[in-house]
Amino acid sequence: MARINGKDDPGANGRTVAQVLEALGFEGARVACELNGDIVPRAEFAERTLSADDALEVVRFVGGG
Amino acid sequence: MGEQSNAAVEKHGADPLAARIGAEARERLRAARVGVAGAGGLGSNIAVMLARSGVGHLVIADFDVVDESNLNRQHYFRRHLGRPKVEALAEQLRAIDPAVCVETHRTRVTEANVRELFAACPIVCEAFDNPEAKALLVEQLLTDPAGPVVIAGNGMAGTGPAAEIATRRVGRRLYLCGDGVSDVGGGAALFAPRVALCAAQQALLAVRLILGEEGMGRDGR
Repeated sequence: MARINGKDDPGANGRTVAQVLEALGFEGARVACELNGDIVPRAEFAERTLSADDALEVVRFVGGG
Repeated sequence: MGEQSNAAVEKHGADPLAARIGAEARERLRAARVGVAGAGGLGSNIAVMLARSGVGHLVIADFDVVDESNLNRQHYFRRHLGRPKVEALAEQLRAIDPAVCVETHRTRVTEANVRELFAACPIVCEAFDNPEAKALLVEQLLTDPAGPVVIAGNGMAGTGPAAEIATRRVGRRLYLCGDGVSDVGGGAALFAPRVALCAAQQALLAVRLILGEEGMGRDGR
């Protein structure tokens, strides 16, 4: 089962990174995504499909600095 | 040099920082080069703390000038109003330690220039206020296989408890400091103590990386 932010997610298998972000309610322009430890370029969010042994870490950035 | 100064040199050595932290740590810090992307509340405080810690080389990029509304949390003084932040900050850093090498870039950091700006830096502290700019810097620097470790600031608005500001590693070359949720876009104001808490965690992590106390994402660490 694919893992999203450290938790098993039964719905994530077969979804693209973009679809996972949409399901989480996250805006693509404000996140950084790491798939199995490697950063996913934004241009590939719509193409990269998650498989059962994938681990996706989504960092959502907020304003202020 | 008066008698008192001679006595001070004898007691502490010519380099008081080396006397406190040890020659090896002093040398590692002196040789280090850290990038600071943004010279606002996070970046100005990070740079000051790194200079005080003896970091020898700082590369600072920011397009903005010092405004009255910055003085509640950013490391500037009234006399700096209207001056480019990178200039006002470099002046303060050299006043703290004349030996620190400060490279300043008065420019907006973009997708097109971010890799080049920080090419010589093994560690970059992300210190923007805009979430899209934060995401973009992280993407650009981490998709570069030769890129640096990035220490990003994320979530320090408002007056929430200090303990909610934390440092965590989220990837081989990505660390996050902040509470992860307090968004200035939600109407929360930025307060000096909480911004400085986040900046201090970013600066401390940079020091720990330089001293080899945290992994740089190389050699399996």
